[in-house]
Amino acid sequence: MSWKVAPHLKYTKNDEWINPEDGTVGITDYAQAQLSDVVYVEITVSEGDEVQQGDIVATVESVKAAADVYAPVSGTVVAINEDLADTPEVVNSDPYGEAWMVRLQIADPAELDGLMDADAYQKYCEEREA
Amino acid sequence: MSETTIREPLLVELSSPGRRGVRFPEADVPAAAVPEALRRTSLPLPELSEVDVVRHYTRLSHFNHAVDIDFYPLGSCTMKYNPKVNEDMARLPGFAHIHPLQPEETVQGALAVMYYLQEYLKEIVGMAGVSLQPAAGAHGELTGVLIMRAYHRSRGDTKRNKILVPDSAHGTNPASSAMSGMRVVEIPSDDRGNIDLAKLKAECDDTLVGLMITNPNTLGLFEEHIEEVVQAVHDAGGLVYGDGANLNALLGIARFGDMGFDVVHLNLHKTFSTPHGGGGPGSGPVAVAQHLVDFLPGPIVEVVDEDEENGPTYGLVMPRHSIGRVKAFYGHFGVMVRALTYILSLGGEGLRQVAEDAVLNANYLRVQLQDTYHIPYNRLCKHEFVAEGRWEDAPGVRALDISKRLMDFGFHPPTNYFPLIVHEALMIEPTETESKRTLDAFVAAMKQIAREARENPEVLHEAPHTTPFGRVDEVKAARELVLTWFDWPQQG
Repeated sequence: MSWKVAPHLKYTKNDEWINPEDGTVGITDYAQAQLSDVVYVEITVSEGDEVQQGDIVATVESVKAAADVYAPVSGTVVAINEDLADTPEVVNSDPYGEAWMVRLQIADPAELDGLMDADAYQKYCEEREA
Repeated sequence: MSETTIREPLLVELSSPGRRGVRFPEADVPAAAVPEALRRTSLPLPELSEVDVVRHYTRLSHFNHAVDIDFYPLGSCTMKYNPKVNEDMARLPGFAHIHPLQPEETVQGALAVMYYLQEYLKEIVGMAGVSLQPAAGAHGELTGVLIMRAYHRSRGDTKRNKILVPDSAHGTNPASSAMSGMRVVEIPSDDRGNIDLAKLKAECDDTLVGLMITNPNTLGLFEEHIEEVVQAVHDAGGLVYGDGANLNALLGIARFGDMGFDVVHLNLHKTFSTPHGGGGPGSGPVAVAQHLVDFLPGPIVEVVDEDEENGPTYGLVMPRHSIGRVKAFYGHFGVMVRALTYILSLGGEGLRQVAEDAVLNANYLRVQLQDTYHIPYNRLCKHEFVAEGRWEDAPGVRALDISKRLMDFGFHPPTNYFPLIVHEALMIEPTETESKRTLDAFVAAMKQIAREARENPEVLHEAPHTTPFGRVDEVKAARELVLTWFDWPQQG
């Protein structure tokens, strides 16, 4: 199996990514490949919601499984991607771009330091494939 | 779908105005008008004759797979053969033609069936009380969690809101917990497929309602540290819930009560040989240890009078602190008759042999296939095992392709993509009712498919080839969900 890792993002053990620059959050290419064809995305938070690190912000459903998406860091939800309801397939085709799910105003940038960088995440995926 | 697909018309398409199945005799009483406010002007139901409807459904039934047609190794579902004597018993007029509102003294035989079934199930799992009310497995789970909640609340212990669920548990366990308002915490498995003891102990605190554990788990493995697991939960004041869906592996050999479990549910439609897979109905009795007996949903059948001459009189009784009714009337009575028939047909020795043969069959398949398919937790299994449906030298072939190809050999596919802790999971449960000849035919098919995956992967991607319907586009079906003919775009 092969998957892409974007160099500028930070990653969680649950296969979410967050962009430290703009606070957008989504799931990784590895995660979408594991899930296979995504058929439904529900964003479970609204603009203005305060979320803690680890809170559920979305659920993703594929033909194989359903998975919760957790907030990689604490913060305030400043935008949600409403287009995903009609185009869940972009989670498969463009997980790091069009398929962003929520944008957070990051409460404590120090929490980002606890996440994996691209190299560490790549290794983490390889370990699980072994 | 493939071009060879046979399309069975829908009933609405077969409809012809004025056609009817029944012609009622002329009424011999004056007609009473339905109030205008309750009447609708149009009712677009199909109009068909009896023979139209019978042929439609009979044709559809030919498209289906069933355990009466061929092997059905759908892991975790225990698709064993259901002996036809069960059906004979359920159709006895004294069982089939009674009404749930009949006075108790006129249905003593039916109550005796329920009483005996309660007693046998208690003995089989080693618990003190049982309720036959829940309609199916997940309903039994919800009932069990509500019993655990009621127990803690009755003691004034109201801060408990956390339920632990191992990642090798049945997928319904976290759903049942969440439905009863509990917080679910997942506990990972260790590299032998057991629950990770250290991670479990770290979560055992005074907010713990309990643990929901499936044993043997969905990897088909018996928890090697079950006594320690139970002890850790009890030490924290929590209760242990056993998902008995995999009881087929333990019948007559090990009992949940002896392992220290507080609550278990059983699936009569799996272990006790009642029909399922076509909508059931199921039946998910819940059995509990002594300290939870008063919380069981009711009514429960008890001996209310004992007369030397006439024998016992049975009655319906509500437990003292019952969580209430969870089902109309008394649960799925017809299923209970079948399950009791099965238990009495086999007896204690026979039930033990069920478990022995189920485990033997699963291990036979596991060992026959282990050089062809990667089996991540490859140790002596119970009633089922989980293989990976992927190979490095067959890129692009997935568990789904293997499953669809198996249909060309006349077999039902194994459970796919569960448990989630195995990549491209193929969960295989042969059950005890399959002969060595059937198992060998399955092994041969699986080995041929593994060869095809390397030599001719297209035949897998396009499978099934021999069924009335070809490969269904599951992604399109899920993304463009159309649930009724009237919403179908072409109908306008």
